[in-house]
Amino acid sequence: MKTELLGVVASFLLTLLLAFPLGKYISKVFRKEKNWFDFMAPFERFIFRICGIDVTREMNWKQHVAALLSLNMLWLVYAFVMFLFQGSLFGNPDSNPSMSAHLSFNTAISFLTNCNLQDYAPETGATYLIQLAVLMFLHFVSAATGIAALVVVFKAMQDKVVDKMGNFFELFLKSITRILLPISLVIALLLVFHGTPASFDGKDTLITMQGDTSVVSRGPAAGMIAIKHLGTNGGGWFGANSAHPLENPDYFTNIVEIVAQCLIPFALVFSLGFFLNRKKMAWSIFGVMTVGMLCFLLPAMHAEMKGNPAFDHMGLSQTTGNMEGKEQRFGPAASSYWSILTTVISTGSINAAHDSFMPVGGAMQMLGMMTNCFYGGNGVGILNYYIFIIIAVFISGLMVGRTPEFLGRKIEAKEMKIATIIALLHPLLILTFTAISSFAITKNPELSWLNNKGYHGFSEMLYQYTSSSANNGSGYEGLGDNTPFWNITTGFVMLLGRFLPIIGPMAIAGVLARKKFIPESAGTLRTDTATFGVMTYAVIMILAALAFFPALTLGPLAEYFSFR
Amino acid sequence: MITAENTENHGVSAQLEKKTQHYLISNKMKTYLLPSLKLTGVLIIVCSVLYPLLIAGIAKTAPGGGKGVTLSVNGKVVGYENIGQKFTKDEYFWSRPSAVDYNANGSGASNKGPSAPDLLAAVQARVDTFMKHNPGIKKADIPTDLVTASGSGLDPDISPQGAYVQVTRVAKARNLSEDQIRKLVDAQVEKPLLGMFGPKKVNVLKLNIALQEQKKN
Repeated sequence: MKTELLGVVASFLLTLLLAFPLGKYISKVFRKEKNWFDFMAPFERFIFRICGIDVTREMNWKQHVAALLSLNMLWLVYAFVMFLFQGSLFGNPDSNPSMSAHLSFNTAISFLTNCNLQDYAPETGATYLIQLAVLMFLHFVSAATGIAALVVVFKAMQDKVVDKMGNFFELFLKSITRILLPISLVIALLLVFHGTPASFDGKDTLITMQGDTSVVSRGPAAGMIAIKHLGTNGGGWFGANSAHPLENPDYFTNIVEIVAQCLIPFALVFSLGFFLNRKKMAWSIFGVMTVGMLCFLLPAMHAEMKGNPAFDHMGLSQTTGNMEGKEQRFGPAASSYWSILTTVISTGSINAAHDSFMPVGGAMQMLGMMTNCFYGGNGVGILNYYIFIIIAVFISGLMVGRTPEFLGRKIEAKEMKIATIIALLHPLLILTFTAISSFAITKNPELSWLNNKGYHGFSEMLYQYTSSSANNGSGYEGLGDNTPFWNITTGFVMLLGRFLPIIGPMAIAGVLARKKFIPESAGTLRTDTATFGVMTYAVIMILAALAFFPALTLGPLAEYFSFR
Repeated sequence: MITAENTENHGVSAQLEKKTQHYLISNKMKTYLLPSLKLTGVLIIVCSVLYPLLIAGIAKTAPGGGKGVTLSVNGKVVGYENIGQKFTKDEYFWSRPSAVDYNANGSGASNKGPSAPDLLAAVQARVDTFMKHNPGIKKADIPTDLVTASGSGLDPDISPQGAYVQVTRVAKARNLSEDQIRKLVDAQVEKPLLGMFGPKKVNVLKLNIALQEQKKN
């Protein structure tokens, strides 16, 4: 028990220890200061030359959005076509079939949006070519899209009137060559030397000790598992994701993977401090995020380690906690820590089945995705948090009777309108579609979507749309989601839940950047204090968490109270 | 006359507008779409070809050569170190229950909620089976990992308690002393990482291989 808790504390501290210098490094990369990856510069110049990109041509926020959307549009088409025809392409040693049209639609959007909801079983539903050339490719580029969008906002927040905020293609490519690719390589090699496969051999057949025939799925998985965590994507090589003993062979790799997925989201908060030279603000944001995360983690971990009361009633001893859906080598403590971090950060990889967590754990996982801004996914986490800062500034301004200002710019009606729309979009998407699906299943009970009845069945649907809108990608996997209804509806939810919350903050920041810069004075409402931190936290909990309270009551809360 | 002129003017300006629009579109193509297309091509080569090939190359020097680490008995491969397999006979230590029946061509969990009646019934049935095969064991001594399905369905490990509780049965089935088997389990218990982090565990396949080799001596 003690060693399990120590493992969790060590994972968090190790992340913090690595994220701080990484944050400084990321800020250097994008401020074009000297850094020890400058040897990549000739390689980057070469790429820009053959692609015909002039990096001296800086862009305003609208041009950034245009570049972002043209890249993403191309990837969507590319992925969709590849999925449709994967069965007849090369790189398919296990002879897996092509995907149906609605599954291709869903999977293409899912990986494009950094969500990675997987409505297919990778072992039998995706070829090696697809896993590498489409899924892993999208892991890299979707993460880099998020980082580049955030850097645009960073640049817009500088202490001067800003019109142009760098070149999107340059920010995007550097996110890959200077951050994602080198770190992924290190992580992949750590995994490989602990037993994760990386060769291109297909399935292996062998006779077990007891004399059964066993077929073992393998493949070049290590590289994808590295970037799926570092890029906060979460889509795994194997169906069981990081609970699979080849994806996550031991406690060491478990620490590597959980650190990898928290690394960039943590680091980007510090980057903000270094980039704008506002370190106090970075620590205040990091503090709010950590408190927010702990409020979800502690109840979840407590419930899992205490075990399932239903098993106590049966007379079993639960010294190891709730083990249904969990792996022995991780145990309930590390599994709960992972489940909360993977939901507050939008990774959505799992090392234990979320469907089988106790109701408290399930509720906390969903709240992690409903708030979606405590650390959050690569880049997008801070963009979501930015929206809440704008709202908090506005409300605080009204409360003390001052013009709301953030970093020397007046917040006016236009910015507030965008911020409000983005903040309300998330609950709107989740609740509307959960209501539609609940209606459909109560009217047509013959639809066999749900693996569980009653409250938990409702939770399965609520979780699915929350995960889609938050671009998280984990699921209550009991839900039979490879149907046209689920593939198409979650596809649209993922698409809206991804691009509007990226474009919104870019627009706000772009509009603010062109406004007159007002230097700080005694009358300025300070946004780097603990008081303002509490204010932001309150706004997040009221807007994001409370909106979902009725839905949570029907699902996990009702389930919790049904235990005797 | 006036109307005609107007129309003519209108026609010219519309044509001009169309031309500008066409120019703008082709300009957009040049500044956004074409570079995006080329960049996509380059990045597919870098991220999806070079990167995995490099890892696969280095992996050749790793244990198992990047193909997964296998374990053998008498030179014959009997399984992967990290992939659990089914053991149901009394003379072997049993693995945890699996939602995919240890079929490593797939993976997955039961995905049953904690209060689901079918989960509770399945656990009860597993407890009954265990008690039938292990007479004399008290219900409270069965650790829950032995009667619950894992997250992957391929969990290679059980808890140390899960191994010790099976010692009597295995000893009887193999006609060996309980003491001897217990020592075997002692040797197979894997400590937490650096002695500090994570739970203890026993790899079932390794334990059963050790057991098999014990018999020969």
